[in-house]
Amino acid sequence: MSAEIKADQVLDCKGMSCPLPILKTKKAVEALQKGQILKVDTTDPGSKNDMSSWAKRTGNEILSVQEGSGTFTFFIKKTA
Amino acid sequence: MAPKNQKKMAIIASKGALDMAYPPLILATTAAAMDMDVTIFFTFYGLEIIRKNQADKLKVSPIANPAMHMPIPTVVGALPGMEAIATSMMKSMFKKHGVATIGQLLELAMESGVKLIACQMTMDVMGIKQEDIIKGVEFGGAATFMDIAADCQISLFV
Repeated sequence: MSAEIKADQVLDCKGMSCPLPILKTKKAVEALQKGQILKVDTTDPGSKNDMSSWAKRTGNEILSVQEGSGTFTFFIKKTA
Repeated sequence: MAPKNQKKMAIIASKGALDMAYPPLILATTAAAMDMDVTIFFTFYGLEIIRKNQADKLKVSPIANPAMHMPIPTVVGALPGMEAIATSMMKSMFKKHGVATIGQLLELAMESGVKLIACQMTMDVMGIKQEDIIKGVEFGGAATFMDIAADCQISLFV
């Protein structure tokens, strides 16, 4: 289960709309070392698709997406 | 460090209304965050976006906009103060939904290496001087844009 994933860094994008969660995720991932994991929390329903498109384009890996009530939690591994 | 297969995008921003300033900046900042090489060419009223101290003063027109959520008849929209009302309504909606301001997006665009070019011809016509434009913007014409756009996978006119 994703509860086992340990994040090296946490980013809170709750309450933010497009494109801020993506822009902030990009910045946060850039600050990581390769192999490290970023946890991102969002509330933007569009972020589910956006995050996967972003990861595909930038070559980073989404390890897990958890949907809560109105929230999304992404675990992103810096692989690029 | 530009990878060999890096995607490129060129956008023309020709509108200076608040609602029309968003699409070029949202797409440009997002494309840059997706490792694309991005250029925005500002022409005609789009120049307002990169005029010093103007980015956060752009307005929404209440006239001839039948898609507004609270449709305003054109005769009413033309009344003094209606533009300010429509603008502040939109700004507060954006703020409530956690949308960045135009000024913030512009800053993020520059930070992430988006190239900004101001159209010299329309600047001359509209009496805008190079020193009226924010720092970091280059100046050029149609050939400058076409040279960049010719190598782009994505090119948009807004």
